[in-house]
Amino acid sequence: MSSVLNSIDLPYILGALIKIALFWVFIMITVAYMVYAERRVLAVIQNRLGPNRVGWQGLLQPFADLIKFIFKEDIIPLSVNRALYLLAPVVVLVPAMMVLIVYPFGPSSVPLPGGETLSNIVNTFGNSLGFDWALDLRRINLYVTNFNVGLLYVFALTSLGVYGIVIAGWASNSKYSLLGGLRSSAQMISYELALSLSLVAILIPAGSLDLIKIVENQGGTWFGFIPRWNILALFPAGLIAFGVYLISAIAETNRVPFDLPEAETELVAGFHTEYSALKFALFFMAEYVNMTTVSVLAATVFLGGWQGPLVGTYPWLGFIWFIGKVFFFLFLYIWLRGTLPRFRYDQLMNFGWKILLPVALVNIVLAAVIGILFL
Amino acid sequence: MEIIHLLFLGLAALAVVAAFNVILQRNPIYSAIGLIVVLCCLAALFLTLHAQFIAAIQIIVYAGAIMVLFVFVIMLLNVREEESRGDRQKYLKWIAGPLFIALLAEIAAVLRLVDTPAPAIANPNQIADPSTSLGTVESIAHGMFTDYVLPFEATSVLILMAIVGAMYLARRGSQAEMDRIEKALGGQGEAEPSTADDHVAV
Repeated sequence: MSSVLNSIDLPYILGALIKIALFWVFIMITVAYMVYAERRVLAVIQNRLGPNRVGWQGLLQPFADLIKFIFKEDIIPLSVNRALYLLAPVVVLVPAMMVLIVYPFGPSSVPLPGGETLSNIVNTFGNSLGFDWALDLRRINLYVTNFNVGLLYVFALTSLGVYGIVIAGWASNSKYSLLGGLRSSAQMISYELALSLSLVAILIPAGSLDLIKIVENQGGTWFGFIPRWNILALFPAGLIAFGVYLISAIAETNRVPFDLPEAETELVAGFHTEYSALKFALFFMAEYVNMTTVSVLAATVFLGGWQGPLVGTYPWLGFIWFIGKVFFFLFLYIWLRGTLPRFRYDQLMNFGWKILLPVALVNIVLAAVIGILFL
Repeated sequence: MEIIHLLFLGLAALAVVAAFNVILQRNPIYSAIGLIVVLCCLAALFLTLHAQFIAAIQIIVYAGAIMVLFVFVIMLLNVREEESRGDRQKYLKWIAGPLFIALLAEIAAVLRLVDTPAPAIANPNQIADPSTSLGTVESIAHGMFTDYVLPFEATSVLILMAIVGAMYLARRGSQAEMDRIEKALGGQGEAEPSTADDHVAV
């Protein structure tokens, strides 16, 4: 047993676990308040008020919703395939959350206030347990782990998220669920292609699959004031890649204007028709986690992640820039929901395969040509 | 016994259990899910060998695209549960057993007698040297675009042929052709998408 424990780099794993726990708490809070923010922002767009009763300005609304979901009657239809029916929300939610650990949310090697005392406490604790630690916690890295194929990991886990929807649609044993599930998953896999290809075009200026290095390469400015973000790299290939990415991301997460598979007036409610109470809440949550994932990826790869003014002198400011960019994308999602009508399904699939995919492919060639000429 | 051995044992055991699941389940959806679990375990095993690119591609391509296709086909074409049939070629199991044991013996012999050095496992925190590491992005790109560029192009043409063939087979033909197909099918409707109901075990 001790040989097992000696072969693990225990401080690193414990540190990573703590960061994952903090990240998870952050995601849960973001998702809960995304629902609230969506309702308030949609209300402003639609010239009404939105929930503002529960707590000051309605800020306790997510808790009210959570309590409602927990106490709702959990109806499981008799003819469903029980094992798969119960598994599906988990399969949708877990990969979406797993993706979030590869993003850097601040610079590496950031001074931690109180690091000396923390190092002393942790080292004495470890030595008292028999380990021989000599940790230096005065500086920490603001990323969970240094994953050298981070971008591929993101693609892999978003591909796995499709299964939850397919299984949910099939296991519910109802026409609406099956058709909604098939439509939704077909849409997701079609737009996954355009999404991945648009990011390939960005890999040329980015130079690495490691998201930490991608963000670090976006530091500095051109001409003193234009930030060296990937969206402006290899102009105009970066902009086209950003456009393709944004459209694919919205289609991938089944949001307006691509939300036909779960629109209320179509197919009852799509693949989550037969789900009630907490399982429906899990699907709902999974949709918002997917949105957050996609927004974080956009902020990291295109807008420079934690890069921003004054990050050199105040490293923790990087975290603020990162959060700001992610929230900008989330706001964009809500804004689009309040503004655009939805696509018909055949228009949607046509657009994904016949327009977006060729544009993404041509953009890769364009980026390569510009990269060779100017990089 | 290090953590890497424990990881290998755990993942390999899960892969073997899921693989048995693939062949022993009667409901084809459960078999497909078993296969997905096997693929994910293999990807994790690739990660323990520092072949990150292969692991990611295994999940992106195999578990994330090919198996989705399988699952779609099972759902849309209403593939039913296997009904147990009487075994009509009873003598086959007497041949299969000894042959399986012979295969295991051969594998053991190869592992014991053949002596190739293991390829260098790349240090994950540095740029891997493409000529000696195995399975990293750099080594695969290096091989694919220098030594193996012609097989790469040939494979691309192969995939193009598959796409063109699929498009041709699935095209909507002329009215005369559609009428002929309708008549040949005897005027029956197309297969309905399957629902979970049809797969309740008897």
